[in-house]
Amino acid sequence: MTSSGTTSRTAHGASRWWIPGSAVFLCAAVLGGVMIGPAGPEWWRVPLELLNRLPFIAIDSGMSEREWAIVWQIRAPRVALAAIVGAMLSIAGASYQGVFRNPLVDPYLLGVAAGAGLGATIVITVNRGGTSSWIIDPLPLAAFTGGLIAVFVTYVVGSSVKSDRSSISLVLAGVAVTSLTTAIQTFLLQRNSDVVRQVYSWILGRLSSATWSDVRLVIPYVLASCVVLLLHRRLLDVLRVGDEEAAALGVNVDRVRLVVVIAATLGTASVVAVSGLIGFVGIIVPHAIRLIVGSSYRMVMPLALTMGASFLIVADIPGRILDNPAETPIGVVTAFLGAPFFLLILRTRQAQR
Amino acid sequence: MTSLSFDNMSVHYADRTAVAGFSDTVKPGEWLCLIGPNGAGKSSVLRAVAGVTGHQGKILVDGAPLTARSSRRRAQLIAYVPQSPVLPQGMTGAEYVLLGRNPFVSHFGSESTLDIDMVSDVIDRLDLAELATRDVDTLSGGERQRLVIARAVAQEAPILLLDEPTSALDIGHQQQALELVDRLRREHGLTVVSAMHDLTLAGIYSDRLALLHAGHCVAHGNAEEVLRPETLGEFYGVSVRVHRDDDGTIIVVPNRSPLI
Repeated sequence: MTSSGTTSRTAHGASRWWIPGSAVFLCAAVLGGVMIGPAGPEWWRVPLELLNRLPFIAIDSGMSEREWAIVWQIRAPRVALAAIVGAMLSIAGASYQGVFRNPLVDPYLLGVAAGAGLGATIVITVNRGGTSSWIIDPLPLAAFTGGLIAVFVTYVVGSSVKSDRSSISLVLAGVAVTSLTTAIQTFLLQRNSDVVRQVYSWILGRLSSATWSDVRLVIPYVLASCVVLLLHRRLLDVLRVGDEEAAALGVNVDRVRLVVVIAATLGTASVVAVSGLIGFVGIIVPHAIRLIVGSSYRMVMPLALTMGASFLIVADIPGRILDNPAETPIGVVTAFLGAPFFLLILRTRQAQR
Repeated sequence: MTSLSFDNMSVHYADRTAVAGFSDTVKPGEWLCLIGPNGAGKSSVLRAVAGVTGHQGKILVDGAPLTARSSRRRAQLIAYVPQSPVLPQGMTGAEYVLLGRNPFVSHFGSESTLDIDMVSDVIDRLDLAELATRDVDTLSGGERQRLVIARAVAQEAPILLLDEPTSALDIGHQQQALELVDRLRREHGLTVVSAMHDLTLAGIYSDRLALLHAGHCVAHGNAEEVLRPETLGEFYGVSVRVHRDDDGTIIVVPNRSPLI
């Protein structure tokens, strides 16, 4: 039957190679990420030494213990964190764009970023001396809590407005909560201008100080969040016909939106807590994927994980070598790399049409 | 075959009452057409049945109240073709029709090969093979309407609701769409409720008409009983002639005001 072939082809992919292909690309990005850096061993020794560390394989890479420490204790956690943050921000961005049916939405829409920023500002202001003597570093904790509180307030305010277009009132509530939170933050900073630089550098986002403990800190939240979001990929496709038609097709729209927002927020708040506000990833990666493979969430969601992770690993590389030792903030690099890349895809895509 | 009844059903929006105490019983396999001027409450009746808006009173499917069912179960019984359906950019025709299988797919599951086969069968039967691979965003009005009806058919619901199914179509496509619904109704024993503006078409295709005005049902019966110049004049505020063709078809023609 002819249309049987077309149905399965369009539903599941002439582009079925994209997911394994992007996974291979991610592996290449990870390898590149641990091989390149300002100090440390010659790049070609790194893959050899990695092989050597595998069981039953012995290769003499000629790498010293100190060099291995640079690779494993400095570069590897940084690459891992970049992958986690990139994947999380991308899939959260794609999910937010799905439930709000708005292509310009990013994961910071409902106030996560502003809330986390306020939390971080409060901790830095109160605790000027530094937090190294604490058992638990309060900075990520405060940022995480601040982000969640802001989104919670947004949701309570936004859904208390009973209207047919609840997603619009939610977005407006997010804008209001964001400006209120930013205002409080600005007020605090003005009173304590000595910490402005510290807060500013937190806001710009960084991966440079990443450790394995940062990775361990965020991984449970990110895993839970990504699993829940991936499970919703088919429902996000149904939501594309609008709240009303989705409801008529048997979807409990408000519940799906709530669960997706909670999952995306939890993941976003946790990565923001350790890496600061890395902008642009949550918008540009999902859109680049849509332009390349189409807008079905069955493709967009898994690809957002792999491509988002690869993108942030790659974006982190120039920052470490260009401006060593005063590193360029990763948020600046993502915008600097992301914008032209996005324009390129947009242009080539339009030329094809 | 499934019946649909309304028992003193009302729909209220924040500032106004759209439907006030509508009662009717649509028999299994019957086609009821709701007519009436803009804002009379036709769409609200359909939206209440589709579960898109809340209602007071009762809507009964085969005697059981609709509100007692989950939204998934309701979608297995009722397919809804809205007045201006959203056809998402970047979705192919086949993917769009596949959305109709949603009520049968578990919450976090994905469509089975059975669902996919069923969709390709619908696409074949409705002769939509050439639309299956096209972006729904690029389709013409008539093609869109056929695709939306195909989605409703894929939903395999015994009750089909159509809100102004022909308003955006030329006369050829109007006939094509209504013939398609009529054929499906006969083949599958569907119970159809539609809202329509074209009174002549409403009379031709439906078994029964209900005339709504300001939320109240002011006349119901077959075409000959409802489509009378006095009735239409009173509730639409129009001056019309009504012809009765030899085969019983009722034709409503507006009168042009006399030249002064």
